[in-house]
Amino acid sequence: MGESSERGKLKVFLGYAAGVGKTYQMLQEAQKLKLQGRDIVIGYFEPHARKDTIAQTEGLEAIPRRQVEYRGTRFEEMDTVAILVRRPEVCVVDEFPHTNVPGSERDKRWQDVQVLLDAGINVLTTMNIQHLESLNDQVSQISGIRVRETVPDWVMQQADEVVMVDVPPPALVNRLLRGVVYPPDKAKKALEHFFKEPTLVALRELALRQTAHEVESRQLDGEYNGQPQRETNGQKSSERILVYVSSEPSSVMAIRRAKRVADYLHADCLAVAIHREPEMNGLQVAEMEAIERHLNFARNLHVEARLLQGSDAAKTLVEFAHVNGVTQLFVARPAEERLRSVFSRNIVQQVVRFAPDLQVTIVADRART
Amino acid sequence: MTNSARRPTPDELLRQVQADEWSEHRGRLKVFLGYASGVGKSFRMLDEGRRRKERGEDVVVGALQPRTDSELEPLLQKMEVVPLRYSEEVAAMDVAAVLRRRPHVCLVDALAHNNPPGSANRSRWQDVRQVLDAGIDVITSVNVQYIEELRERVEGITGKHVEQTVPKSFLFGADEISLVDAPAGTTLSRTQEAARPDGDDFARGLSELREIALLLAADVVDHQLETYLQRNGVSASLGAQERILVCVTPRANARTMIESGRRNADRFHGELVVAYVRQPELSADDQVLLDRNLAIAREVGAEIQILEGEEPIGTILQFARNRGVTQIFVGHSLEQKWWQRWTGSHVDRLVRGAKGMDVRIFPH
Repeated sequence: MGESSERGKLKVFLGYAAGVGKTYQMLQEAQKLKLQGRDIVIGYFEPHARKDTIAQTEGLEAIPRRQVEYRGTRFEEMDTVAILVRRPEVCVVDEFPHTNVPGSERDKRWQDVQVLLDAGINVLTTMNIQHLESLNDQVSQISGIRVRETVPDWVMQQADEVVMVDVPPPALVNRLLRGVVYPPDKAKKALEHFFKEPTLVALRELALRQTAHEVESRQLDGEYNGQPQRETNGQKSSERILVYVSSEPSSVMAIRRAKRVADYLHADCLAVAIHREPEMNGLQVAEMEAIERHLNFARNLHVEARLLQGSDAAKTLVEFAHVNGVTQLFVARPAEERLRSVFSRNIVQQVVRFAPDLQVTIVADRART
Repeated sequence: MTNSARRPTPDELLRQVQADEWSEHRGRLKVFLGYASGVGKSFRMLDEGRRRKERGEDVVVGALQPRTDSELEPLLQKMEVVPLRYSEEVAAMDVAAVLRRRPHVCLVDALAHNNPPGSANRSRWQDVRQVLDAGIDVITSVNVQYIEELRERVEGITGKHVEQTVPKSFLFGADEISLVDAPAGTTLSRTQEAARPDGDDFARGLSELREIALLLAADVVDHQLETYLQRNGVSASLGAQERILVCVTPRANARTMIESGRRNADRFHGELVVAYVRQPELSADDQVLLDRNLAIAREVGAEIQILEGEEPIGTILQFARNRGVTQIFVGHSLEQKWWQRWTGSHVDRLVRGAKGMDVRIFPH
């Protein structure tokens, strides 16, 4: 296609629940590409005993899966090395957010896909909206389910194309009732929990809006062969978001939300934690570990994260904000028992006093209450 | 999901009863929405018709545009077609024939099509309404380029003037909407566009139309969600759509707050509401400031709400919960009065009550 980079193209088929037809549509496209004479293989495919979907794999070459033994049980994973050796033009990889069995070379299937892309192989893949990292808290708010397997937003942003696989919830429920998606007992459970109408409708709306956002940001990035960017808001915004990280578990929510808002505003996102004592043992070891974990969580989302030193947290935070041109500060909502003093005694009020030019957002606890 | 019982108003109840009565005899409407011709709307429509027929439903094709699309041929052969009627060489769906035939499901392509002069209905979507009223289900397809309210924007992208349109409200009345997002020319097989001299502009235009179609579908879905929640007396913050509530007072830093709210709402394609809780005995000076702040809200096209309530924070929170607000913007005066310190500041109480919502503080 004339690009200087040899990196493969990534296309994501995005859905909002199992059974909407992501894999089916991906395989349909694979068949079309094969008809066009492209060299295409299936790297990983999850049949889920769905007849129509399995029928779509007919005539497509499949790379045998790798057998992995873990604690006496055999698992099957995508054989990334075998795909690299086979070197097809296009590779079909189902279930992008999948976590590999411990002991695999990489933790996540999306990381395996990165390797394929780096080798110049184009990849078609599938995922549901609930696996997008920055939506994790909203998804939990909607569905009551905390999704563990997530894909960082920057991975999705690197996709060359995101396509929404849409089906109205009544039709999806109908599929479930007819036993197309799951075996009867599993279908019944699903209908009672995840597949409730408002949950499906809300997730579907999230998926539609996210896809619209993906489409829009590709226009803004001028992805279309160096076309001039859309006049209105092509340039980077003047906003800069800083998220304050502590050892509190709610820091994770603040990081996700700050990053999401920053992405939508085309703003930079930074994270800092503040360490009071010059010596490492100043903090409880567990607290320090929690802070390190949260900073690493931020780094995995491509948020620049730092540990600063200062005896007065608010002062250090504000100084950092001013030096770095920060316009907005995000902080976690404190745990309920400490809420009485959210504003009157904690860091938020001090920050507001030191820096009346900063907007301060207290991030919601979106976990279901 | 935070559930709390919310009693529907008498008006809402009445509307619901009327709607229920009507929808009992009315056929169900399903719309396949696409962003361009060739994305496969008609295929999806016919394919669904075929599947329903195989499951034993009585399905006919009421209207299909004449075309050379070979992909549709095998599907069409399996279907019963009610012939179009022609007047001055313009085709129209034969509504009378469809009503006489009285199928369970009728497939209608090209919803925006204009009927020939002298027809009972000017446009095909009105024909569809008639078919639905007769208790027949309709599966139809429409291109986002033909939505009345989007016409200007779309014409700006395509440069083509559109004569035939369907009002947005018709889509909002659909029982089901399905977005057909499969790109015509994909990243991996962009063969058609590559051959066009204006390939890049064309791809760019398509991408903009896609975004419009996705957001339109999201709005329809949001409307369905709201209707569902209302019917079930649930006020829930599901947070699928960002809704920003800016609370203004006479002395708040309103311009910064409202403009920031506007920017956020735009980027998230969400809603912006500016609310003021009426305060007794407002001084003349404050009234002037307040009017100025509300004028800013009007300027940026925000929805304005004047709320009544004894207690401002409780009033705001109640409103925010009912509307499914996801972010509250609030000003905070740095000059705290002694009684505020004593009772806990307004902001403090707002944060405590705003479960599931972000609170953004604007110092002033």
